[in-house]
Amino acid sequence: MGMEGIGARVARKEDKRFLTGKGRYTDDMVVPGMKYAYFVRSPHAHAKITGINVSAAKAMPGVIDVLDGKQLQADGIGNLICGWMIHSKDGSPMKMGAWRPLAVDTVRYVGDAIAIVVADSVAEARDAAEVVTVDYEELPAVITSVAALEAGAPQIHPEAPGNLIFDWQIGDGAATDKAIAEAAHVTEIEILNNRLSPNPMEPRAALGVYDEAEDHYTCYTTSQNPHVARLVMSAFYNVAPENKLRVIAPDVGGGFGSKIYIYPEEIVCLWASKKTGVPVKWTSDRTEAFLTDAHGRDHVSKVKMAFDKNHRIIGLKVDTIANLGAYMSLFSSAVPTYLYATLLSGQYAIPAIHANVRTVYTNTVPVDAYRGAGRPEATYLLERTMEVAARELGVSPAELRRKNFIRSFPYQTPVIMNYDAGDYDASLTAAMDAADWNGFPARRAEAEGRGKKRGIGMSCYIEACGIAPSQAVGSLGAGVGLWESAEVRVNAVGTIEVLTGSHSHGQGHETTFAQLVADRLGVPLASVNIVHGDTDKVQMGMGTYGSRSGAVGMSAIVKALDKVEMKAKKIAAHLMEADESDIVIENGELKVAGTDKTLPWFQVALAAYTAHNLPSGMEPGLKETAFYDPSNFTFPAGCYIAEVEIDPDTGKTEIIQFVAADDFGNIINPMIVEGQVHGGLAQGIGQALLEEVRYDEVSGQLLTASYMDYAMPRADDLPSFKLSHQNTPCPSNPLGIKGCGEAGAIGSPPALINAITDAIGVEITMPATPLKVWQALQSAEPRMAAE
Amino acid sequence: MYDTNYHRASSVEEAVKLRSSQDEARYLSGGMTLIATMKQRLAAPSDLVDLRHVASMKGISVEGRKVRIGAATTHAEVASSSALRAVCPAICHLAGMIGDPHVRHMGTIGGSVANNDPAADYPSAVLALNATVVTDRREISADDYFQGMFDTALEEGELITAITFEAPEKAGYAKFPNPASRYALTGVFVAKSGSGVRVAVTGAGSNGVFRVKDLEAALLANWSAESVSSVTVDASQMMEDMHATPDYRANLVKVMAKRAVQAAG
Amino acid sequence: MAKVTLTVNGRTMSSECDDRTLLVHFIRDKLGLTGTHVGCDTTQCGACVVHMDGKSVKSCSILAVQAAGSTVTTIEGIASQGELHPVQAAFNQHHGLQCGFCTPGMVMTAVDMINRHGGQLDEQTVRHELEGNICRCTGYHNIVKAVLSANEEMHGASRQAAE
Repeated sequence: MGMEGIGARVARKEDKRFLTGKGRYTDDMVVPGMKYAYFVRSPHAHAKITGINVSAAKAMPGVIDVLDGKQLQADGIGNLICGWMIHSKDGSPMKMGAWRPLAVDTVRYVGDAIAIVVADSVAEARDAAEVVTVDYEELPAVITSVAALEAGAPQIHPEAPGNLIFDWQIGDGAATDKAIAEAAHVTEIEILNNRLSPNPMEPRAALGVYDEAEDHYTCYTTSQNPHVARLVMSAFYNVAPENKLRVIAPDVGGGFGSKIYIYPEEIVCLWASKKTGVPVKWTSDRTEAFLTDAHGRDHVSKVKMAFDKNHRIIGLKVDTIANLGAYMSLFSSAVPTYLYATLLSGQYAIPAIHANVRTVYTNTVPVDAYRGAGRPEATYLLERTMEVAARELGVSPAELRRKNFIRSFPYQTPVIMNYDAGDYDASLTAAMDAADWNGFPARRAEAEGRGKKRGIGMSCYIEACGIAPSQAVGSLGAGVGLWESAEVRVNAVGTIEVLTGSHSHGQGHETTFAQLVADRLGVPLASVNIVHGDTDKVQMGMGTYGSRSGAVGMSAIVKALDKVEMKAKKIAAHLMEADESDIVIENGELKVAGTDKTLPWFQVALAAYTAHNLPSGMEPGLKETAFYDPSNFTFPAGCYIAEVEIDPDTGKTEIIQFVAADDFGNIINPMIVEGQVHGGLAQGIGQALLEEVRYDEVSGQLLTASYMDYAMPRADDLPSFKLSHQNTPCPSNPLGIKGCGEAGAIGSPPALINAITDAIGVEITMPATPLKVWQALQSAEPRMAAE
Repeated sequence: MYDTNYHRASSVEEAVKLRSSQDEARYLSGGMTLIATMKQRLAAPSDLVDLRHVASMKGISVEGRKVRIGAATTHAEVASSSALRAVCPAICHLAGMIGDPHVRHMGTIGGSVANNDPAADYPSAVLALNATVVTDRREISADDYFQGMFDTALEEGELITAITFEAPEKAGYAKFPNPASRYALTGVFVAKSGSGVRVAVTGAGSNGVFRVKDLEAALLANWSAESVSSVTVDASQMMEDMHATPDYRANLVKVMAKRAVQAAG
Repeated sequence: MAKVTLTVNGRTMSSECDDRTLLVHFIRDKLGLTGTHVGCDTTQCGACVVHMDGKSVKSCSILAVQAAGSTVTTIEGIASQGELHPVQAAFNQHHGLQCGFCTPGMVMTAVDMINRHGGQLDEQTVRHELEGNICRCTGYHNIVKAVLSANEEMHGASRQAAE
């Protein structure tokens, strides 16, 4: 490992611009003649639109135009789609209702867009939006997934009778039922996974610029995958052909999944730019973000876990209802199916698993992937069930887990996944040592002396990252391949640009990707630049989500570097009159092994471009492109332990310590990996203790529409974390990387809730707010209230 | 935010005159609530009269045990005043818990008391300290001043210029914050002086800040955290929202009262 | 409309704006200093923190006209001659930022915090003082580390000088 190469804790190259206020986010973009948009949105959860009158709005000061859904439809702009086909167990395809970028006849959630106002300023656009009159015929709304499936529930889309989108299954139902029937013990539990709002700190924004002379569109947008945005906007929404549409995702202030999807606003801003003849910028405010950014999770599940008399798991049966909201967002169907139920084996050898998943429409904002996407739901379900089982069986949670760990690899689960490598004992042992698990009883006794309730809980998670082998996901219904691309462009003086289809919105690619190049070629980190986020600059790519940028995106760079190296070696061999196989690259030089003959890197690059003396038949230049399609998912895994102390008077939970022991395979930059874990943990802890999207179940109004009511984790809600890594390299990609972006959010919620239920001795649902913990304690100890 | 017209006053007289010249005008002190409300278009004053430059409304004076806090004094100034800390540290502690450091640099005691948000911290201190609300035209006792959520004895155009009180023998404030907004889900200010014990609760009551006479009696008889335990707090008077039930708030009144007494010493 | 004149990062700057224009929008749109961000509507996230007359304030909750005549420092104004401020350097060294969106507010908050506490900062105090700044990326772990390190750098150095 060099000072700047793989494994080094290099401070980030991209930091300076962010630290000095020179980051360039979408809302920072200014183009000549730019005007501002404000959207007219539905105040009702479910209603028919009987009329829209924009004449008063059009007459307001500063207003350029007010455009509605009928005009959009007349111009041939298509409906938003879900890009992953799921079939129900009866073979029928999922039932997708129409999602128009601007609603025409029906609104289906509070915040559904109806019209766009374009004006000289945001304030004037908003003033005018307030005087757009929309006539509604209100319809009854349904908010929860369970209620949506009940007979007589309001019907949301004509395409989906009974609001059922699909009824899907995986695994062997008969074998699982048999295991349950024959079990020595069955643990049954109902699991609720709370609904969350991703809340990247940068609100979504879009700037649409239409150039009439070129008949060309440019879209600046807050996207995790600008190429996918261009593809979908061209192929499905009919905004413009790909060669007439440039999508730029400049600096993006966090995504966490919510900026994967293509939303109505960017489509409408592009279209409105052509309609009005001016560039149109829209920036979401925070309440709009709560109302319209895709939410995450929202599962209700029933679980049965069967054990034999030796406490080995012999079967797992899961019945889940997943709320997908009012419309099917881009990857919404994949999240509660192939990203969820395929992970239900966890770290355990379970011979029979069956999961049934029903997805439903409700009058709420669409639900899609949020950090972890399906894997947190699987992990929470499994690890809560394991904890409850250990308590029922009277055995220690660690021993029950160890007894059931998978120890031989590769391991084929009954739910598609083939685990390639792992060492679950190592993470569990490391976490228990770091947490001083054995010293807990003494700490609990000490806390009791102070009137506090202490609890400790663990969670052993596994996830699937490095999304994903294209052929495999294609066979499961994905509308796209999930490879990644890279272009390594060596300039004539030896400096290097790497063009990647991955998109960095906080992950530090500009540093880690450069570290890889510096490591391979021995060139200074400063001589490597990473280019991303612009469809005009970068070849087709699939973007950043599912912890795929390292495992897939960097693997593509490795492939491109292989090609660059091969050509550079050919040139060097030619120039030094040596055999190509004797050339080695070290410390920025190409050397003939075993001799003192060397050529500095830049001279080889220069030779490639001067082309005065190249091997016969060789093309000039030193630039290579590669596409990498993974052969398998990767399987990060680990063990998290939370220790909490609860104030029984107020129900407030204090996190005394939080330990994370992760196996991410090989690590490029430990400091950045740790940062990813910290952030994931904070979001997982937020889910467990603080965060919940709540709607009024009658009116469908969003009750948590700002930080006044949606509790975001703050610095004083969290402890400093104790981290360690146990690295078993991933065998399926050249760098041995597994991925680290989501683990923290996946593994932490069950550890917290296991610790809290250990402390209070009663079951509780997420988020375990002070109110809920206090209420749980009252129900457990009714005398306390009277004290 | 809707259109508005800004005016900057340099004296109390000028402020009152500017305010009275427009029906829909509002005073603007730190603006930490008003500007936020205007941004959400929930308030639409035609005119704003900025009080931040009225010198006579600023500053803290402590003479013996007589305290005067100018209405335009910021939370940060109250929190860090050594003169005030010497006679009534509880109010410094309270001010240091309002909002966050940036809000405390702008927000003022006068603005908070005038707004009388049911979850604001200051109303509990003003009521428990039996303070006097001094305005451009009169002095109002705390018991008369607070009249329910966002409702006060202030007349149209009346301007708070200062809060005065006699420093108590002992006082303490304890607050349980709303996990989301960090406003008081329940905050209790206790004060003990020669004239008796006063306990005021913010954040919890369905009608804004209120005194708990039973707690006052119990603490008068025996100034200790234990004496709080025997008192029953009536949950039917408590606010209900998604963050807390009336029962939970009633419980928090007692728990915070105990902690406030402990803090008071 | 009003004409607002401010001293921003040491330079006197003027522009016309509506009375309803917020200071943050004045700074971003009129002065072109886009380092100061807007992340919420309710005075909570702190992405907009600047210093006004030497004190940290939330520029999303102050009208530009209220600020007229004052001295404002934004994130663009704290590095000197290309040299990062010790707080900026500490955030870089300790990986105290990821997406960078909350970072300007965090840095301005940290500078104010360190100035106010005269070197007396510990982890608990830093976490409490960050109540008005929300970060979604870092879990605050490395932000706290960076603030403590910068505090040490700024006050450790002055303590040394005094000895």
